[in-house]
Amino acid sequence: MSRNTPVTDPPATPEEPGARRDPRLLETAASPSGWWAAIKRNVRAGELGAAPVIIGLLLIALVFQGLNDRFLSPQNLSNLTVQIAAIGLMTTGVIVVLLLGEIDLSIGSVAGLSAAILAVTVMRHGWPEWAGIAAALGVGLLVGLFHGFVFAKIGVPAFVVTLAGLLGWQGLHLWVMSPDGTINTRSEGLIASLTQTYFVPWIGWFLVLVTLTVYLAASLATESGRRTSGLPYRPLAETLLRTGLLAVPLVVGVWILNQHNGLPLAFLIFVGAVVVLDLMLRKTRYGRMIYAVGGNAEAARRAGINTVLIRISVFGIASTLAALGGVMLVSRNIAASTTTGGGSELMMAIAAAVIGGTSLFGGRGNAYSALLGGLVLGAITSGLLLLPGVDTSVRFMITAAVLLVAVIIDAASRRGRATHARGGG
Amino acid sequence: MSTPVLELSGISKTFGAVRALDEVDLHVQEGEVVALLGDNGAGKSTLVKVIAGAHAADTGGTVAWDGRAVDISAPADAQRLGIATIYQDLALCDNLDIVANLFLGNEHLHFPGTLDEVEMERRAWELLRSLSVDIPDLRVPVASLSGGQRQIVAIARALLGKPRVVMLDEPTAALGVAQTAQVLDLIEQLRDQGLGVILISHNMADVRAVADRAAVLRLGRNAGDFPIAGTSYEEIVAAITGAADNPVARRDGRQTTGAEESR
Ligand SMILES: Nc1ncnc2c1ncn2[C@@H]1O[C@H](COP(=O)(O)OP(=O)(O)OP(=O)(O)O)[C@@H](O)[C@H]1O
Ligand SMILES: [Mg+2]
Repeated sequence: MSRNTPVTDPPATPEEPGARRDPRLLETAASPSGWWAAIKRNVRAGELGAAPVIIGLLLIALVFQGLNDRFLSPQNLSNLTVQIAAIGLMTTGVIVVLLLGEIDLSIGSVAGLSAAILAVTVMRHGWPEWAGIAAALGVGLLVGLFHGFVFAKIGVPAFVVTLAGLLGWQGLHLWVMSPDGTINTRSEGLIASLTQTYFVPWIGWFLVLVTLTVYLAASLATESGRRTSGLPYRPLAETLLRTGLLAVPLVVGVWILNQHNGLPLAFLIFVGAVVVLDLMLRKTRYGRMIYAVGGNAEAARRAGINTVLIRISVFGIASTLAALGGVMLVSRNIAASTTTGGGSELMMAIAAAVIGGTSLFGGRGNAYSALLGGLVLGAITSGLLLLPGVDTSVRFMITAAVLLVAVIIDAASRRGRATHARGGG
Repeated sequence: MSTPVLELSGISKTFGAVRALDEVDLHVQEGEVVALLGDNGAGKSTLVKVIAGAHAADTGGTVAWDGRAVDISAPADAQRLGIATIYQDLALCDNLDIVANLFLGNEHLHFPGTLDEVEMERRAWELLRSLSVDIPDLRVPVASLSGGQRQIVAIARALLGKPRVVMLDEPTAALGVAQTAQVLDLIEQLRDQGLGVILISHNMADVRAVADRAAVLRLGRNAGDFPIAGTSYEEIVAAITGAADNPVARRDGRQTTGAEESR
């Protein structure tokens, strides 16, 4: 949220300049050396942003590429993006709950329940596939609202409510599935298409173009609005630089994915969920309220925010996204089984959120943590699969190490923030 | 006398076994500064929170706004009436920046429902400048501000809603000399604009400087209501410390309590 390198116009109206700029505030020159100085200042102050994760991701890519040169092949990277979609959606839900300063331990079970409902309604009762998906998501929403109600209204700690959910919904999942252990779904149709659809190349490029145009136009509009209002604003060069920096991953990503089958729908759904969530969190009153409740619930309450409603709705969002994750699991496996969602999904989703940079203590983090954290864990999983003789045991240990590093970086940067008085969770 | 803008009578509040407020009365007129005095634990903050809707009072008491009975059961009710509160603990969200804190719960929106950050930041600068505050950057989390700056942000936030009654719970306790004077100026400015002000302070000099009337609480009960002009420092201190229970003791003890029991 902080604007790193603001400038103001030289005081056009002589009587009102000083009030806007305090002499203690360091000016950032609109030049590469000025930006570099600002970057160094932020690093020292613990404002690392996404830099550690991105550097980590690049390191992981280099290491695995060194061990097996198929790692960075378009096919492998394309598979990776489809693999991370289901848990990624669960992670986006976890992030909203973490922003509140709470935890949701039930997302794996909710994903499993959603998978079971989808398979049973469609295959056993012959519902149309869209109706099965709607039912699965609807049940997810109800489950989340129930968690939120018991937590926010009755006052049971979220940890306990969702721990009960972890058990209870898994039980319901088994009950819904019985007597079958596995229900296969159709290998064609709406459900299967969620993870089997790839867009022809021009659609990927078109989306890149639209994204960059919208981003640039919105940035320019904001900065010119700030300028006309006499507020500190970013110089044009910086807006262009930021757009350029955003263009790099988009162009490289689409270019690589287009060399295999094209942009996968599953990945697009995941990224779409992240973008929508991000806009909701940063640009809407509702998102602002979530951060406020996570930062200081009592202050939020006294500011007139209905904290009960915020909490209930956030748990509703989390479980709905978990249910969507469950639908994606069915689509990928073309089946639902009694073990769907009951494995490492929960741990991986929470780990991804934390690795991506969302604090466990509430009020700090963003939606993009889901994407970055998901990519890190997906890269580790995918890279290890390419190595002979390496199994889940190694994957868990490496993931644990990465998680610890992420938390240590977070703690260290929080210390930096404390000594540099930037606050935070 | 005209109808008080806010009038409480018989307000009680119990926390478990603690009776923090016991049948308390309080009123404030437009353009009047009422100092709410009392020793630590007398119930001042609790009374403020009841008025602000942050705590529900026990049944039995009444609250009148412009002479009309009203029910304040949530912070939003008090805000709607036009009661703004600066809490002792400030109630800021440390993770949010200054602009976000100022407008928390009252955000300006663009048409489709998104936050109008530019307008909020512009209004924030305007407001802070009118309070002659220098805060270098409005986009830093409030956790990074000094105590005085946090206080100013909390006061500024209360004023954004164009309130008719402002309650300040120990607003100068953490402030330096200049900032204290600034807050007192601000209180006078509010009074001159016709707002009712309820000021809690342990600093008698501040109270005497700006208050028109002193309402004293002791152990959760009313212990006197004095016009500041025409009441001696010792009389008020006596009421606060409890020597006022007996008018004779108060007269006798005036010289000694003033010297020994005042804090
Ligand atoms: N939330 C609460 N739960 C239980 N008891 C409380 C609560 N809030 C206040 N009290 C009790 O109510 C009494 C009055 O407290 P209050 O905070 O109103 O005092 P105060 O007059 O503001 O004191 P100070 O000058 O120290 O700020 C105290 O005995 C306190 O312990
Ligand atoms: Mg108090």
